[in-house]
Amino acid sequence: MSDHHHHDDDDHSELSETQLRVRALETILTEKGYVEPAALDAIVEAYETRIGPRNGARVVAKAWTDPAFKKALLEDASKAIATLGHVSRVGDHLIAVENTPKTHNMIVCTLCSCYPWEMLGLPPVWYKAAPYRSRAVKDPRGVLSDFGVTLAKDTEIRVWDSTAETRFLVLPMRPAGTEGWSEEQLAEIVTRDSMIGTGLPDPAVKMK
Amino acid sequence: MNGVHDMGGMDGFGKVEVEQNEPPFHEKWEGRVMAMVRAMGANGGINIDMQRFSRESLPPVVYLESSYYKKWFLALRQSMLERGMVGKDEIEAARSLRQSPPLKRGKFSMSDVQRVMTRGSFRRDPSAPPAFALGDRVRTKNINPVTHTRLPRYARGHTGTIERINGCHVFPDTSARGEGEHPQWLYTVVFSGRDLWGDDADPTLKVSIEAFEPYLEKK
Repeated sequence: MSDHHHHDDDDHSELSETQLRVRALETILTEKGYVEPAALDAIVEAYETRIGPRNGARVVAKAWTDPAFKKALLEDASKAIATLGHVSRVGDHLIAVENTPKTHNMIVCTLCSCYPWEMLGLPPVWYKAAPYRSRAVKDPRGVLSDFGVTLAKDTEIRVWDSTAETRFLVLPMRPAGTEGWSEEQLAEIVTRDSMIGTGLPDPAVKMK
Repeated sequence: MNGVHDMGGMDGFGKVEVEQNEPPFHEKWEGRVMAMVRAMGANGGINIDMQRFSRESLPPVVYLESSYYKKWFLALRQSMLERGMVGKDEIEAARSLRQSPPLKRGKFSMSDVQRVMTRGSFRRDPSAPPAFALGDRVRTKNINPVTHTRLPRYARGHTGTIERINGCHVFPDTSARGEGEHPQWLYTVVFSGRDLWGDDADPTLKVSIEAFEPYLEKK
């Protein structure tokens, strides 16, 4: 939101002040025997290196190529994903929602920032920020235009507000021009935003 | 509580700004905060609902001007102060000055990491069958508790349809107050955009919320 500057004599920006305060709390928790810093390192490292939208992309690519898996995914996503050895374990209550020519799904959490972490990694800043959280439920087409996405006028837009511990993953439509592609090739074009519902997979654009 | 966190339908926040190739964390301290919150949630008994309520309880100006992890940090520190797990003097001194009561599940160590990397289940055994069936028309209650609730303001007092029954789950409204889980049936309730926002709303819009049974009454 707004930039907030302290005009102190010292050269502490607000950022470094926060950094110092965070460090202080971690020191206190460590000295009290509440946390082992190495255990915190391990959590941070997992999100920096292993848990990201690739997990979700593999699930989507599998659903695009395997009708039985797709059916199972739409019935019970947590259960279906648990059968895939190569994707990290997923917690309970994941719901996959399918985009069709008639319906486009979008996921939001207006109250905080609930997000399918195990499938998509940490949520991006925009997902957690006021512009998206406030407008997605009222003006989703306006939000989509911020992402450069325009849908047909008669497409039904379904917005899922994640107000409980259920989590949602959008199963985007497989784009034309990907006939004959392997699951691995397909996974490369499944972007994070396409699984939130703020983007569409584009065969010409591979996920970074 | 009717706080600024409950922003569904508010105007004036501007366009969605997307950062290309965004890193998982923008500053190192953000990762430390995220991990500390996980640790204190898993072993310290500060459950997810309590943490959310602490963030919602930040002064509105602070809530709006703080980044996501800054909110997490401020709320975590406040929660620990309120529970006597850390003292104000310790925060000022930036070190521990006394022994504090041990955590409910002991020190958060390497052996706990795997457990927190998969979300726990919030599903519980029901004590009664669900009151509503698929397709039922229901009205969300007009409730305005000053404590934590997961019924957003924009969806109060509106009529929608039960679309999914998602099992019986921990009830955040009591869990946030430390009053226990009181599991409740959880439903996906879908509303038409026009029912929520009036006749000018996008006619193609449908919005659903995840609603606990106590939020609903039969239409």
